[in-house]
Amino acid sequence: MEAKLQTRSLNKKVEKHKITDKIASFLIHLFLVLVALTCVLPFLHVFAKSVSNEAYVIANKVLLLPKEFTITAYKKVFADSSILRSFYVSVVVTILFTMLGILITLCAAYPLSRKGLKGRSFFTFVFLFTMYFSAGIIPEYLLINNLGLLDTWAVLILPLAFSPYNFLIMKTSLQSTIPDSLIESAHLDGATQFQILGKIVVPLSKPILATLSLFYAVGRWNAYQDALFYVKQNVSLRPLQLKMYYLVVSATESLQAASEGGAQITNPEVLKAACIMFATIPIICIYPFVQKFFVQGTMIGSVKG
Amino acid sequence: MIFVKFAKANKISNSVVPLQMKKRGIFHYIKKDWQLYVLLLVPLAFALVFKYGSYFGLTIAFKDYKILKGFNGSKWVGFDIFRKVFTMRNFGSAVRNTLLLNVLTLVFGFPMPIILALLLNEVKNKYFKKVTQTLIYLPHFLSFIIIGAMAYQIFGQENGVINNIIVSLGGSRIPFLQEDTHWLISYVVINVWQTMGWGTIIYLAAITSVNPELYEAATVDGAGRWGKIKNVTLPCIRSTIVTLLIMNLGKIMAGSFENVYALMNVATPKYTTTIPILVYRLGLSNGKYSEATAIGLFQSVIGLALVLISDRIAKKLGEDGLL
Repeated sequence: MEAKLQTRSLNKKVEKHKITDKIASFLIHLFLVLVALTCVLPFLHVFAKSVSNEAYVIANKVLLLPKEFTITAYKKVFADSSILRSFYVSVVVTILFTMLGILITLCAAYPLSRKGLKGRSFFTFVFLFTMYFSAGIIPEYLLINNLGLLDTWAVLILPLAFSPYNFLIMKTSLQSTIPDSLIESAHLDGATQFQILGKIVVPLSKPILATLSLFYAVGRWNAYQDALFYVKQNVSLRPLQLKMYYLVVSATESLQAASEGGAQITNPEVLKAACIMFATIPIICIYPFVQKFFVQGTMIGSVKG
Repeated sequence: MIFVKFAKANKISNSVVPLQMKKRGIFHYIKKDWQLYVLLLVPLAFALVFKYGSYFGLTIAFKDYKILKGFNGSKWVGFDIFRKVFTMRNFGSAVRNTLLLNVLTLVFGFPMPIILALLLNEVKNKYFKKVTQTLIYLPHFLSFIIIGAMAYQIFGQENGVINNIIVSLGGSRIPFLQEDTHWLISYVVINVWQTMGWGTIIYLAAITSVNPELYEAATVDGAGRWGKIKNVTLPCIRSTIVTLLIMNLGKIMAGSFENVYALMNVATPKYTTTIPILVYRLGLSNGKYSEATAIGLFQSVIGLALVLISDRIAKKLGEDGLL
């Protein structure tokens, strides 16, 4: 009798457990869906605005679905040669910067990943110190000025090309993925270090090279502080983010195509929305393909520092 | 040759210390590994020119810098500039704002990735998990210009969608980005939102490396979902949490120019004057190079000290540390 009662109460307990478990599960899913929605809905809203008829946007009637679908705003964006020019500058600068960055990082990481190299910790310190102590905005500006780099292509490519953080990731990765014996034996066979680097190290570390390329590329694509400081007179050298700043955030400039009609200071909301999407869509298109590399790289980076 | 001789001489005279026998001159190593050193020249050149090169500019914090006179022509004034800067009215509020923005972002931003990672870990459906992760990583990939521009579309007072919804529900418009205190809250929310998804990656990696036997043992002991999180997962990822927390504490004095600059406007002067913004205004807009450099140097020195202290603490706690 007592045993029966016990099993019954136990069953009840288990059942209760199951129900609370299901509720908890539901709440967890709900919360995650809500968080994910906060990451998507803003884009959908701005996109809907950008392809809607202006009258509806002004009347605040566009939420997530476009009203009276039209691509007039995008036509205006594409008709503005200065935006296309900025896009071109960003693309060229990002490509060159990424290639240079990877090259320099490799030149630093490979020698310093060799355990026998004399002065290894000294050089590593020299590189990493710059990560923790910066001279600040003004000395850097004066340096760029003294080097005569203001308003040049080089100012968007050279100064940030060596990233101590990426160097650390690359060095850690090389140390853990490439066996010393492999390099030793290649060395004994008479290969020069340059040959070892080109024929053994680079092919073996493709995943980390891909990851760091993406780090460099997205970092460059998204940065605007240096362009804001160093590109002042040469309007044709403005990267996309800086152009967007003047057009949309500070609204001190208006689209060429839009201002033809009259003296317009700020851009209408629809045009702003189209500009935002113009700068965002390329990233959203590439993003799903590069995401897994990033996740990989962040995990490698978290191994140390 | 001289070095070989030297080594030999050492060997005889210092036979008690066998380690000394291996000591060779620097040229020996350069000869042996010259190719590696040649490779190092490339990054060294970049670090020396663009990083260490800018350190020379720090001297103008101790000079009365005049553009026409240049670095060398300007007079040394010792700590006069610092004295001037420390008594500036804006300086105190810039330090306060930098700390305020960073502390608030840390307090609210730090737990978010942990919570999200723990919740994501509870999701059994692989497809749901993957889609959610992909979506919450997305904001990390956008520049703060885009995020700032979007913020005005969402939170704007006149045209922002949230205010439109509030009005249609019968409320009155809220100046999310056009009033000091509201701006501060919006800034923190936007920053937390941008980084939360990305931060989960490391915690998820830490959680997946937890020994599954521990969970089985906990199940046998009758631990429910919450019990397992409290008694297994959290203790197991404790060291990751501590390391990241300490690293973030080291950056508490660092200022983000880009984030603040993209979100600030004329209606919100109270909290937006952070150190980088003040340096930018003083130096590049008003030409007060010496003062601006001194403020930047102050920030860098405090920042470096904080990093070193947090590194010490991390190592004391048995973590890897940063350096």
